[in-house]
Amino acid sequence: MEILVCVKRVPMVGGTIVVTADGQDVDTKMSGFAMSPHEECAVEEAIRLTERLGGRVSVLTLGPPAAAEQLRDALALGAGRAVLLATDGREWGPIATTAAIVAEARRQADAGQGYDLLLLGNEAADTGDYQVGVRVAHALGWPVVTGIKGIETDGGTVRARREYRGREELFEFALPAVITVKEGINLPRYPSLPGRLRAKRAVIEEHEPQWQPEGLRKQGLRVPEGERKRANVLGTGPDAVPALVGVLAELGVLP
Amino acid sequence: MTVLCLVELDGDGAADASLRALTFARDLAGGADLAAVLFGAAAEVPAQALAEYGVTSAYVTGPGRLAGYAPLAWARVLAGLAEQTGASAVLAAGTDHGHEVMAHLGALTGHPVAANCVSAAPAGDGDWRLVRQRWAGLLLEDAVLSAPVALLTVATDTVPPQPAASPASLAVHVHEPDLAEEDLAVGATETAGQAGGASLATARVVVGGGRGVGGPDGFAALEELAALLGGVVGVSRVVTSEGWRPHSQQVGQTGTKITPELYLACGISGAIQHIAGCASAKHIIAVNKDPGAPILAHAEYAVIGDLHQVIPALVAAIRDRGGGAAR
Repeated sequence: MEILVCVKRVPMVGGTIVVTADGQDVDTKMSGFAMSPHEECAVEEAIRLTERLGGRVSVLTLGPPAAAEQLRDALALGAGRAVLLATDGREWGPIATTAAIVAEARRQADAGQGYDLLLLGNEAADTGDYQVGVRVAHALGWPVVTGIKGIETDGGTVRARREYRGREELFEFALPAVITVKEGINLPRYPSLPGRLRAKRAVIEEHEPQWQPEGLRKQGLRVPEGERKRANVLGTGPDAVPALVGVLAELGVLP
Repeated sequence: MTVLCLVELDGDGAADASLRALTFARDLAGGADLAAVLFGAAAEVPAQALAEYGVTSAYVTGPGRLAGYAPLAWARVLAGLAEQTGASAVLAAGTDHGHEVMAHLGALTGHPVAANCVSAAPAGDGDWRLVRQRWAGLLLEDAVLSAPVALLTVATDTVPPQPAASPASLAVHVHEPDLAEEDLAVGATETAGQAGGASLATARVVVGGGRGVGGPDGFAALEELAALLGGVVGVSRVVTSEGWRPHSQQVGQTGTKITPELYLACGISGAIQHIAGCASAKHIIAVNKDPGAPILAHAEYAVIGDLHQVIPALVAAIRDRGGGAAR
């Protein structure tokens, strides 16, 4: 089974999120980068599927050359091949991103190594557009489901599960297909030392797709005006419990 | 000009997120026709609620060929109705179904989709000025949308549901769309699932546990406290990625968004991805060893101390008090 996992490099934000002075980006001077969380699980799921059914996991990212770091993270976990769609660092919208991913899928198909399954995260942690997987599926003429928390397949058909409003939804369809997954579908493994070494030496395939403008244009980013609170400290350690019980009584949550 | 809004059914009425989307859509329509699109039996249409929210037309499809949820088919219906009504905008709530259907509609039409909008207004020349959420609402993006039809999802936690000043006169149309076999190829078979995530989302009290709990065994005291308060346990991402607790208990950007009266966050530092999931709690109390933990900037009250001492003492105090009240 040939599986392509599309991952995104996103800032690793901690206790606060800061916007750059020009208001165009998240300030990453103090933070590292990581694979967007749902996609860590997509990589894990792809590796588990090929461990069971055979085949190969390719991992793709669209981003600046530094995004090779996230590809190597995926290689260290067990992906066999990595593709960097290199950009000059500016933000790509969902429609241009879709075109770049579709071009990669067609290149592989033309080379006689077409993908059976494309996995993506349900939404990117940063831009949260919720649509690239669906757009890719339409362009390829493949079935698609999003937000999946369980995949069973024999390599021919897929049973994909998720929960919605407390009910389980089950979808059944034939491969090739696109599935977007959510964190919780599995618990990703940690990379092994041999895996890390292999990833370090691996050759990353590179292409330079063409950026295109889109109808939805970012003007700027800002942190919403929240009520940053300063917590009223009730006390220290167990001595604070009577005061805490008083507050809980006031809030009406005590039995 | 008409504004179309997908209305999801939940139980025997319109979903709360859809009422919020209708409120948003009515503002956007600015007096023009507001049409609701529903999937289900005609008898299920919550006509009174729709009229109260200012809906002038409702188009209901099903349950003939469209027995259940089929995202591409739903999008095909929206595309057909958008053309039929000459819609200037099509909206849906920013739910899993809403996002999925609107992504299909974007792909079918080739138009952009703006996800999780918190405001929108015409900006002249057919453009729209939007504000939308990024990072699950931790950041706002100001954007301009140019498209023949604006395709938007509405953030589920920002615009309050608000009926119109005066109810509209509603016309219900049973819609019989022309659907191809391929539109129905991917459809959901539904079964009653485990209520894990759902009860966390709707719990009145959530007792949160983070890295400070220290391991899978540390949750017994939190479970006991949650049971006493009639609530449930929620956890931070580190707890689920360490495998201490199942992912269905995660509160945050990649887990569940909670809306309790009280969130008691124990041993949780307060990474913003976690705050994205608990910011809608009415009251937040933090129990943390570190007086500088970021969670304190989001909490109303705090106890500085080790949760392993504070929580058992709290459980004991509540039990004593309960005993007293019974006598």
